[in-house]
Amino acid sequence: MFFAAATPIVSNILKQVDPWILCFSFITVVVTIWMGFWSARRSKTTSDFFVAGRSVSVGWNASAISGEYLSAASFMGVAGMVMKNGYDALWYPVCYACGYLFLLLFIAGPLRRFGAYTIPDFAEGRYDSPVFRKIAVVFVLFIGFFYTMPQMKGAGTTLAYIFPGLPYWAGVVLVGAIITFNVALGGMKGITLVQAVQYWAKMFAISVPIFVVMSVYGGYQEQLAANRTPYDSSAAVETGHSVEGHEALRKELPLQAPKDESWISPFGSLTTKAAAKAGLKPQQQRPYSLLYTYSLIIALVCGTAGLPHILVRFYTNPDGVAAKRTTMWVMILIGVFYLFPPVFGAIGRDLLPELYAATGAKGTDKVVLELPRILNDKYGPWGSVLSGITCAGAFAAFMSTFSGLLVSMTGALAHDVYGRMLRPRSTPEQRLKAFKFAAVTIGVVAVLLGMQVEQLDINFMVGQAFAIAAASYFPLLFLSAWWPGMTMKGAAAGMLTGGLLALTGITLTSLSDLALQASVKNHTPNALQGLENFWIHHPMVRILSEQPAIWAVPLAIILMLVVSKLTRREVPSDIRMKMLVLHAPEQLGLKQEYIQEHHAAH
Amino acid sequence: MSQDVHSEAFLHKLMRAQLRLSVGCAAAFTIALLGLPLANYFWPELMAKRVFGFTLSWFVLGVLFFPFVWVVAYIFIRRSIALEQAEVQSVKGEQ
Repeated sequence: MFFAAATPIVSNILKQVDPWILCFSFITVVVTIWMGFWSARRSKTTSDFFVAGRSVSVGWNASAISGEYLSAASFMGVAGMVMKNGYDALWYPVCYACGYLFLLLFIAGPLRRFGAYTIPDFAEGRYDSPVFRKIAVVFVLFIGFFYTMPQMKGAGTTLAYIFPGLPYWAGVVLVGAIITFNVALGGMKGITLVQAVQYWAKMFAISVPIFVVMSVYGGYQEQLAANRTPYDSSAAVETGHSVEGHEALRKELPLQAPKDESWISPFGSLTTKAAAKAGLKPQQQRPYSLLYTYSLIIALVCGTAGLPHILVRFYTNPDGVAAKRTTMWVMILIGVFYLFPPVFGAIGRDLLPELYAATGAKGTDKVVLELPRILNDKYGPWGSVLSGITCAGAFAAFMSTFSGLLVSMTGALAHDVYGRMLRPRSTPEQRLKAFKFAAVTIGVVAVLLGMQVEQLDINFMVGQAFAIAAASYFPLLFLSAWWPGMTMKGAAAGMLTGGLLALTGITLTSLSDLALQASVKNHTPNALQGLENFWIHHPMVRILSEQPAIWAVPLAIILMLVVSKLTRREVPSDIRMKMLVLHAPEQLGLKQEYIQEHHAAH
Repeated sequence: MSQDVHSEAFLHKLMRAQLRLSVGCAAAFTIALLGLPLANYFWPELMAKRVFGFTLSWFVLGVLFFPFVWVVAYIFIRRSIALEQAEVQSVKGEQ
């Protein structure tokens, strides 16, 4: 009975599928899975070339790190958010790149010398405290889940685009199941080669289609020039530049789209939202929106420096000099990449404005996928081919990030929670079973969470994960590396308070936004109307709750300083040696000395 | 031995030199990053001037910022490699 009913629906969905797009996406999925298994097998036989490192050149390593860094948020979300909010969203790509610099300046060097590749490793080694390791593991899971939700939305959006008519949740379930299964079977362990190839796939997929679109419909500047600022009209006349001429290439904007001046000017629709809801006049909104901007910048810059899954692979080079050269290349590779998504956003606003009228998986988050298809009007199937290429890039983006996150979260759950806390005496077979069980559990939770967030922007959600990381891990790493007086209790107090308060604020605003959108969509009363009213009366609280970094980061740092001072006696006894290992050049060989002393002491 | 690796003085000197370099580089890009919203706030008309079709503010943030970050990173990496070499030299030279 069920199949009889389902067949017409399935065949109906298949009829609307564009064969080019399906073909490219399918090839990407198969190649990614195949490469994962192939390199996982190879890396076993060549005794882990990943850690040995010498066979990995600077170029490959830099590509691999960049490939890991560029998630669905970078590939789809930035473009969608620039299209939706304009200038305000431009802070995201810039701060993702700047945050990497912050990581390089303060954290990467000491962590590499210390030999800690994950934050729980570092937490335990720096304070000689297995308890603190457990606390750090909890945050790996918190931040990890926040980071998987946007990847799931990317998956649901892409599948709903490839198979028109397929509901959003079905795409999330399908992709989630494939990747979870893959990780549980031991494929896709985030090997250097796979990540490196994926960087170039993403780079190709974001740059080539947009160059073709620009050559046909006009460049980045021309498309931006179609948006007028309040100061433009007179200037255009003076210079003789015809801004009018560009109006022709642009389609009419629907009502839901922000007006030109709020789109192209700073302090537009994203940062003024709370103040505008409170009914403030435009001039009164500006200080609020400045506050929002600063809090966003702090969250993104400090958050990058504290994101667990980037640090895992941070330095896989043989020596410090190669590591630094790799980092320089990473900065260049991700910087060049981030030039492109805003171009999609700017052109999408002019040529694909119908996306403004839709919500969820049909909204602006799919502009990267759909924009190249407008070429079909002029050049037959070539638009579909290019759209197939961007879909393939999107698959590469959310598949690599989701599987990387799944591996690290599963590792945390199976290794730390099961292997160390629940069953320290378990056998290797039991642990392997626990790994598979943990992978499936986390995969299921990630899919269930991903199904709830269709209405939230991909890039916005990633920004929220960054804010939590900024309030918890960043102060921990920064102070632990540079201040000898930090104690375990100080570190834990600051990290837990800052991180949990930021998490609470972000969860409250996201829940109230979801409830509001559900009530608008279904014409039912808002389940969280009380909270919504509260935000309207207190726009400042709303901003500080939505973007908590501006108070949560200083709060965490102050707590760490104060509590550490109070528990001064608990500073690890060999702190000078630890600080030396963190800061002395590797050629001096202090790390070996430290390990020997440490083993002798235990 | 004046440069005892395990002395408090050596550690202090080491961390100071490294932190000074990092803070210097961070200051360069923090000033730019935090200054741009202020420029947008106080001189909206200037920041809306058209540069190659972009507004000035869009051009600075969406295009120029990336090369700027590369320059800061390049300077930091070169100096920190030189700093490490000098540290190794000073210890090895003493022994």
